[in-house]
Amino acid sequence: MDITRGVFKMSRLWWLISVILLALLAAFPLYGSAYNVILITAIIMFIVLTVSWAIFSGPTGYVSLATAAFFGVGIYTMAVLGEQLPLLAAVAAGGLISFIIALIVGAITLRLKGIYFIIFTFGLVELIKHLLLYWEVTVTGTRGRFIVLIDNNTIFWVMLGIFTLLMLTSYFIRRSKYGLALRSIGENEEAAAHLGVNVNLVKVFTFGISAFFMGAAGAIMATRWTYVDPYVAFNVLFSFLPVLMAIFGGMGQLYGPVIGAALFAYLEEKLLTVFPEYFMLTFGIILVLFIVYLPDGLVGLIQRLVRRLRRQHANT
Amino acid sequence: MLVSVLNIVINGLLLGGFYAIIAMGLNLQYGVARVLNIAHGEFIMLGAFITWAMYSIFGINPLLSVVIVAPIVFILGFILQRTLFTSLRNKAPSQSAFEGSSMLASFGLLFIIQNVALIIWGGDMRALSFYNFGINLWGAVFAANRLIALIFAVVIGIGFYIFLVRTRIGKAIRAAAQDPATAGLMGVNINLVLALCFGLGAVMAGLAGVFISMCFPIYPVMGLEYLIITLIVVVLGGLGSIPGSFIGGFILGLIGSIVSSWQPSLALAAYYVIFMLLLVVRPKGILGK
Repeated sequence: MDITRGVFKMSRLWWLISVILLALLAAFPLYGSAYNVILITAIIMFIVLTVSWAIFSGPTGYVSLATAAFFGVGIYTMAVLGEQLPLLAAVAAGGLISFIIALIVGAITLRLKGIYFIIFTFGLVELIKHLLLYWEVTVTGTRGRFIVLIDNNTIFWVMLGIFTLLMLTSYFIRRSKYGLALRSIGENEEAAAHLGVNVNLVKVFTFGISAFFMGAAGAIMATRWTYVDPYVAFNVLFSFLPVLMAIFGGMGQLYGPVIGAALFAYLEEKLLTVFPEYFMLTFGIILVLFIVYLPDGLVGLIQRLVRRLRRQHANT
Repeated sequence: MLVSVLNIVINGLLLGGFYAIIAMGLNLQYGVARVLNIAHGEFIMLGAFITWAMYSIFGINPLLSVVIVAPIVFILGFILQRTLFTSLRNKAPSQSAFEGSSMLASFGLLFIIQNVALIIWGGDMRALSFYNFGINLWGAVFAANRLIALIFAVVIGIGFYIFLVRTRIGKAIRAAAQDPATAGLMGVNINLVLALCFGLGAVMAGLAGVFISMCFPIYPVMGLEYLIITLIVVVLGGLGSIPGSFIGGFILGLIGSIVSSWQPSLALAAYYVIFMLLLVVRPKGILGK
């Protein structure tokens, strides 16, 4: 009884801290510099991509490399519909179209064994890129599109809104029966099916939800780039980076991918333009080291340190 | 008409030769060592750039660099399997956990190898165009280097198959592919066999790189492009089936050549469409078990 009350108090404290942090962030354009607003928007974008990747791939263990595909679909939706629809509607449209594509793709592929799924999602990015390229060259006769400009503060707030919605979704999925079903699929899919979990439905729907947020993030980010073509929109790096960031942070806890993405995205924004090769090289080395020595990521490392400190504390 | 059909077929076979050896290498690594090596394309790139460097610095004939490239990439692959992938294999609680973690680790390798190459050689495109004179085949004209590459690909493919079927080590490799634990109990040095397979897989990619450097422009980030095609070939032929990869390579080369002759920009898209249909209808591939 005592313990549960403690946990309850703890989680209330977390809620309070989260809301205060979020309010501080939301007010940031009022006191921060224009450059930092753009920087933080990019960091939040990576957090959104990483957390939405982890919603599906974290518990189920199906490694999806389709992030760039859904992100790109969002970008292109904004490019096509940005002038006709109000901003928020276009962002939602980007998310919805990604959601629908994910449902179709998921229904086809999620019955496949893990490794086929990885290969398939990897190819999906290139498939959509080449079909769009073909469409643009032969049907519409264009190469790339211009996008309506929107001021940086609005982009920031919309991105923050997507982030908030995503964190709430992620939190409730983890806490619900639905999240339990997802984890049971990751542990042992056949056993989960025998226990009465509608395995395919849960997988496909979660895949769709994660794609929704990737698409929405793509749609709002598109307004910052002013010009896109299929090569810009469907960059496979956006498939790889969320995986690396999630592993770096650790997927055992909700905040793992957030920390991993925030740290890495900050470094990326600061270093990628100055030393791209050395940055990506370090990236690869860190990834390999983490997989071999710290498979639970930074969060696992922190938990291990905390446990050791507690034990020392108990001993003295 | 006949000449243009012949043209398309021979072009497809020439392209298919590259795909076949690259895919056999990847399939050897996945089928035996259970590592879906995303960095496979980087070994192609290494092979191509070592050949280019040997030619432009020492003037070594690209065909001779086969002898230089093969041991270098073999040792690299061998060491990677002995250190990185063996330690992951020992730590993994299950086979599928190992497949996941080793694939992610090979991602890391992709970034490492690619960016080391970018630091050394820069991002420019380079072309070696070696033996680039025409050969007339029944009215259709082909570059000599492509024909040499095709002959080598067929020789390597068949030679490797004979090695698997006829030698003792080949038998050990096949046993390890079926059931590593039991093969170990029967006295097969399993760690050695896995490392050997990984090294040989890397050699196939490296040799493909040698021939690619003779025929096509090369650049440090070329690996990913070849990797995607390779993955399609491997699934087409059957994951784990070496003869399947060999045949699948030629089939995909032919398809690519046919589609290119009609709509060049759609060749890659056609690969994916076939790939998706295949995954839906028959994910095991042509010769999969």
